[in-house]
Amino acid sequence: MKLKRRYFLIGGAAALGAGVFSVWWGDTAALARAKRLTVGPGQSSFAGWLKIANDDTVTVYSPHIDFGQGSHTALAQMLADELDADWNKVRVVQAPADYAFGNAALAKALIPDMTGHPGLRQLPDPVFSLLARNVPLQVTGGSSAIRGTGQYGMRVVGAAARLALLATAAERLGVPESELVAMGSRITHARSGKVLRYGELAEAAARRSLSDDPKLKTRDQYTFIGKPIDRFDIPAKVNGSALYGMDFAVPDMRVATVIAAPVRGGKLVSVDHAPALAVKGVEKVIPLDDAVVVVATGYWPALKGVRALAPKFSDGGHGGFSSAGIHAAQAQQIAQGKPDNHYGHGDVAAALSAPGARTLNAEYRLPFLHQAAMEPFAMTGHHADGKLDVWGGTQDPIQTRNLLAKYAGLPVDAVAFHPMIMGGGFGRRFPPYTQIIEQIARVAMQVDHPVKLIWSREEDVKQGAYRPQSLGQLKAAIGSDGKIVAWQTDYAQFADAETEVKFPYLVPAVARRHYKYISNQVDAYWRSVNSTQHGFYNESFIDELAHLAGQDPYQFRRAHLPAGSRHLAVLDAAARRSGWGSPLPAGTGRGIALVESFGTICVHVIEASVKPDGAPQVHKVTAVVDCGTTVNPKNAEAQVQGGVLMGLSTALGEAITLTNGAVDQTSFPDYPILKLAAAPPIDVHFIESSAPIGGLGEPGLPPAAPALANALFVATGKRIRHLPIAGQLA
Amino acid sequence: MPVEARVNGKPVTLHADDDTPLLWVLREELGLTGTKFGCGIAACGACSVHIDGAVTRSCSVPVGTVAGKSITTIEGLGSVAAPHPLQTAWIAHQVPQCGYCQSGQLMAAAALLKASPHPTDAQIDAAMTNICRCATYLRIREAIHAVAGAGAMA
Repeated sequence: MKLKRRYFLIGGAAALGAGVFSVWWGDTAALARAKRLTVGPGQSSFAGWLKIANDDTVTVYSPHIDFGQGSHTALAQMLADELDADWNKVRVVQAPADYAFGNAALAKALIPDMTGHPGLRQLPDPVFSLLARNVPLQVTGGSSAIRGTGQYGMRVVGAAARLALLATAAERLGVPESELVAMGSRITHARSGKVLRYGELAEAAARRSLSDDPKLKTRDQYTFIGKPIDRFDIPAKVNGSALYGMDFAVPDMRVATVIAAPVRGGKLVSVDHAPALAVKGVEKVIPLDDAVVVVATGYWPALKGVRALAPKFSDGGHGGFSSAGIHAAQAQQIAQGKPDNHYGHGDVAAALSAPGARTLNAEYRLPFLHQAAMEPFAMTGHHADGKLDVWGGTQDPIQTRNLLAKYAGLPVDAVAFHPMIMGGGFGRRFPPYTQIIEQIARVAMQVDHPVKLIWSREEDVKQGAYRPQSLGQLKAAIGSDGKIVAWQTDYAQFADAETEVKFPYLVPAVARRHYKYISNQVDAYWRSVNSTQHGFYNESFIDELAHLAGQDPYQFRRAHLPAGSRHLAVLDAAARRSGWGSPLPAGTGRGIALVESFGTICVHVIEASVKPDGAPQVHKVTAVVDCGTTVNPKNAEAQVQGGVLMGLSTALGEAITLTNGAVDQTSFPDYPILKLAAAPPIDVHFIESSAPIGGLGEPGLPPAAPALANALFVATGKRIRHLPIAGQLA
Repeated sequence: MPVEARVNGKPVTLHADDDTPLLWVLREELGLTGTKFGCGIAACGACSVHIDGAVTRSCSVPVGTVAGKSITTIEGLGSVAAPHPLQTAWIAHQVPQCGYCQSGQLMAAAALLKASPHPTDAQIDAAMTNICRCATYLRIREAIHAVAGAGAMA
């Protein structure tokens, strides 16, 4: 079993074959632990993930964090639907950062995808349970909450609990189950008029063994799935009462801030503490391996203290990296022609050199990108009586807890991590490269008070975990029938994108070659991961080929998609809804792009022009999405709108660049994020189908940049092959 | 020197050093954490509050300059029992995603509506310059128009 890249972010443990398998529901040790952590008097637990109280309150434990994508509410909708619960009594709670809440359903969804072996989904549930608890798996990423946890976990738990409640009611009333109807957290026996509440059945029902394979509802039976139900988290986010990691406070708390080596990989050589200690309010300077932390009575004195320091850092031997140099080195790697991995089919070389073939070569260059979540890192740690408590937000609470224990030098049981809501993440908060985890563990162990460590925005921008810089060289040939006969992609970047990136077009000969390029930056995940780079390569290049072939870009894509495919249906719908082919004002162009990512197909059509100062202006976006089922259409629309605008923001102006190994940008003025005035209207349309449910947090993003570049080509005749566009059209 | 001011209608005495940004005094001295730290250089607007009615980025206002002034934070914009119409609209339109910037967005929108009860799109563009990385902008615009429209009918 070859484990692909994204597997490693969930811990890298391959526990298959070791230990004793136990049935998922019947994993009694883990279940008992889950109950100890969550169940109080008058409450009954079903598989750990669902709790029903005597007063009918239904509590859903989410192994996913919600940092704005809305999956907490959607996961509850999925469970409550199968449970036939009363929505007014449903609430959702973040699952504890404990291995008892390892996410077996996510293992079932992700491992087959990550290994490229869909058949693995047929493994018995105990295997996934074992994996999830051993890894342990509690990650949020890969647009996986709904299609993984919701589909394989929440719905199954809800349905199994409902069956147990029905069986309990039948026994209590002495009637056959077939005469009972469950609805609104009540079970009714119509003939006798008797009604039992879930709350009065839960205790006995929870003692039954749960079905491993309950029958799930069909689309026509859904009550909450597919409804635009208001999110649970929003009321607290409009009145200031929602508490983020940044907002955590306890009495007697100190506040700290940090400055790390400007060159990633560099180390702290020396620092004179005195200038910081001279600042009123500063109490302590803590040198770390690659950073200096100043502890004070508040953030402002801590920041003044850090600014007063003149630490000497080494560059760790990485001072030679620059953005231009990285692209040059990547092009050189490809020129040497020794890929690390290659994939594809057919004889590409023969087709490219066939007589009469019209060929095209293009090189695309993409920069490092920063997630730029609105909440800078902030975590509070308190070490007392041999125990460490830490409050904050990451994309994997269990892994965070394990890392805290490692860096604090404490056993895991002596460490508690209390997940809090986050002001965005977009891939930045995966524990292995969330530096503040190590920092707070080390700092808390050296401070005699609770201490909150806050990163400045400058630190956030300069010490990021960026989408890797990437370069793609594409070649293709068009045959005499006007169709693509061969397609070759050579790309240099950190990660092999093969298992993630889908190439939807029918081409008889295809070659994809990955050249692994390693800089001093970490290989990080950025919203939609590799699908942004490859979406831009593929959808820009096919557009170039359409123009070369003298064909309409929409019709050209159409001609290369399988008849009757979902891709074709999405493409056609996007063309129809956007008025493809209708006249536009002079100077305005229309561009189209199709990207499948995380199980969801998106086509965007963008209308754009160029302002007199050379800045692109986007007038209108049409986004058509097939994710199978939208669990919460109102939130789904928001996810797509946000993805489109984040994609446009990156295309227009975002780039992290390196000089002498260090990041050049410092804050929002030189890392510009798209603002309201530049946000065009976006018509989002979903195609509902019986296809497997797809992800939604990420897929709306990748088609945005190529659709814009394609529109600008029509508008100006200039092909954008490097992002950001910035001044290229001036 | 302690600074006397009013915050959300109540008189307060603030003890932080004069150069401390108002943002940190609100958050750390008064515990009003609804006002967020985003950048510290008045570039993102997450820390927006009203000072004597004017929307202001509190990360760049030294507390020494607010003596005698009246400050309103998100906690004072409305209450759960009596929300500001914008807060109601923000829920109805399901505006927030991560939500971190929304206190600032609401303070900016409230100041806009006070100055221009029926703003045009161009006025919204000019007034709403706070950054939202989740890009909730389209719903922010919708919600502002909804409140402005409702006001017109009232």
